[in-house]
Amino acid sequence: MSKIKSLEDLMKIKEKAVKDLQLRDTNTRGKITVAMGTCGIAAGAKDTLKAIVDALNDFNITDISVVQSGCMGLCEVEPTVEVRLLDCEPIVYGHVTPENARRIVKLHIVENQIVSDLLVRKGEI
Amino acid sequence: MKPILVLVSVDSNSVLLGARQFLNYLREQIAEYNLSDTVDVLETGTMGVYTQGVVMAIFPDDVYYAVKDKEDVHKIVTEHLLKGREVLDLTLPKEKLKLFVETAPVSKETRIVLRNAGLIDPKSIDEYIARDGYFALQKVLTEMKPGDVIEVLKASGLRGRGGAGFPTGLKWEFTARASADQKYIVCNADEGEPGTFKDRLIMEGDPHSVVESMIIAGYATGATKGYIYIRGEYYGSVDNIRKAIQDAYEYGLLGKDILGSGFSFDLSVRLGAGAYVCGEETALLESIEGKSGRPRLKPPYPPTCGLFGKPTVINNVETLANVPPIILNGPDWFKSFGTENSPGTKVFCLVGDVVRRGIVEVPMGTSVRDLIYRFGGGLIGGKELYMVQTGGTAGTFVGVDKLDVQLDYDSFAKYGVSIGSGVILVMSEDVCPVDVALNTMEFFLHESCGKCTPCREGTRLAVQTLRRISKGRGKKEDLDTLRSIASVTQEASLCGLGQSITVPLTSIIDNFQKDFEDHIGAGSCPHGVCHFEKSRSKSKVRR
Ligand SMILES: Cc1cc2nc3c(=O)[nH]c(=O)nc-3n(C[C@H](O)[C@H](O)[C@H](O)COP(=O)(O)O)c2cc1C
Ligand code: SF4
Repeated sequence: MSKIKSLEDLMKIKEKAVKDLQLRDTNTRGKITVAMGTCGIAAGAKDTLKAIVDALNDFNITDISVVQSGCMGLCEVEPTVEVRLLDCEPIVYGHVTPENARRIVKLHIVENQIVSDLLVRKGEI
Repeated sequence: MKPILVLVSVDSNSVLLGARQFLNYLREQIAEYNLSDTVDVLETGTMGVYTQGVVMAIFPDDVYYAVKDKEDVHKIVTEHLLKGREVLDLTLPKEKLKLFVETAPVSKETRIVLRNAGLIDPKSIDEYIARDGYFALQKVLTEMKPGDVIEVLKASGLRGRGGAGFPTGLKWEFTARASADQKYIVCNADEGEPGTFKDRLIMEGDPHSVVESMIIAGYATGATKGYIYIRGEYYGSVDNIRKAIQDAYEYGLLGKDILGSGFSFDLSVRLGAGAYVCGEETALLESIEGKSGRPRLKPPYPPTCGLFGKPTVINNVETLANVPPIILNGPDWFKSFGTENSPGTKVFCLVGDVVRRGIVEVPMGTSVRDLIYRFGGGLIGGKELYMVQTGGTAGTFVGVDKLDVQLDYDSFAKYGVSIGSGVILVMSEDVCPVDVALNTMEFFLHESCGKCTPCREGTRLAVQTLRRISKGRGKKEDLDTLRSIASVTQEASLCGLGQSITVPLTSIIDNFQKDFEDHIGAGSCPHGVCHFEKSRSKSKVRR
């Protein structure tokens, strides 16, 4: 390591490290995975993803990350979304329209309740 | 045993939803339908969910129902118990019951001190820098005079988080004004208060925040040397702080001519050996000097005459972790959190019979109730709350009538509820105040260093008196004896340890006087906790 002598040196380290940090999953409480295979996208997963991000913002939730994945193999119930909270079994929901996405965020993320009418799978595969 | 068992949640929340009425009605219905021989009804604690009604579980079927009114009870009896058909519209999915206990806090915290904890790799100085680390130091060294730094701190209203709540800016000013050839900055990371573990989590999660603020404190006060006095068993903290110091040296943030400013500062770690009294600032200084950890007579106070007789700033870990954000964001930003006399946030340790034990950082002025129920998730097993000790072992014992007191540095003077080091010890009806008081005083007796008589003997007398009460041999005048021990020890002791035993002792006697009185002349402990010795006189058995 070379010594830091100025604000510029400090900024340089910061810029590089910020990128590294962003790459890493920084959530503390859990993540929502939206299946974005072709089947999912065809069923409207893009709108679902947007609805989830908007809902998280509306509720001011910052400790949940939203990630995209490939098809989860549940094409008949697309769009599908997996909610994985720390220390809890993952829950997969199907037919997640934008309205349903909002409900999931409100009920599951904010109020800790499983949205049973959308539930398609519980637990690890 | 009867073949069918119905469990009904009758914890305090369920009672509000009508659990008792439903329970009675259930029993009536069971009698009415002649099911008394086959169905047993038992009361139980919380099963976790309240949102949909009172929970009733039926075994061996392992079916859970949420009951909202008597009609639902009727349905369960006539459908399930009588005909063996599940009432589908009342069933609760089982995973819901489980989920409740397992999830992390939902309520949003306000994180200043814990801004980086859990977000960055504590062993990476680069990641600390990525989160604006050392930018406050850079700002201080290049844009501010030492006096400016002190003015900012004074304006922010930051007060010491180690327990006493002394204004930090003022403390720094005393040391800055003292003239001496050498001054010191000491970080008190001894964290001996039972139930407190926030400093450990700060040091483990964000060690550089402590290092950075100590350098800033050095610049502001003219000190060039610092020591972090860490509790010896805190291996993780010691490792992370040592690594932080090493990396800061390599980047030139410690050592000579920091950031080309001409200012130099050296920092090293000292380990404590587990004596509670070594958290007392002057005992801590003695310990760093290599002597045994006994408190000094005050005055003189450390800011003017501290380590090796030189002016010394001593601050708690959490206090220091607040400094860089205050420098970067300004005093007005800091004052936008918390209360008027106690700005900012406080890290609380939730311990005892609470669902989510752990730490939370919330604005000053958060109520005890919110800490226990909103952040802590309430009591485990649906127990009833009986007593809370706030502020640590040297803090106050209060009952449920004080739950709405908002904790800050004024709440002790105003309402008799201390904030101390930020412990919230939650106790259910399973505890007995006499037993708890005895335990607390045994702690102080054990930790009293013995240097001065009032504390050494006062704690012993308090323990003897309490032990007598807890063995069923208490006398009427014992409560007055305890009160007078408390006040004499407070008045005449040399250091904060002896001076503060009055806080837990008088608060528990005052707020739970009836529990104490109920022990005296009784045949057994009214709470079923204390073991009474067979008394010589034939006292009447109360329970
Ligand atoms: C018996 C006793 C034990 C103490 N233990 C601690 C401790 O473990 N950690 C701490 O920060 N302060 C402790 N203190 C308070 C310190 O004496 C001192 O007030 C504090 O370190 C000042 O820092 P602050 O102004 O940042 O709060 C203790 C005080 C007494 C009387
Ligand atoms: S008050 Fe107690 S701990 Fe403090 S110096 Fe006296 S004997 Fe020691």
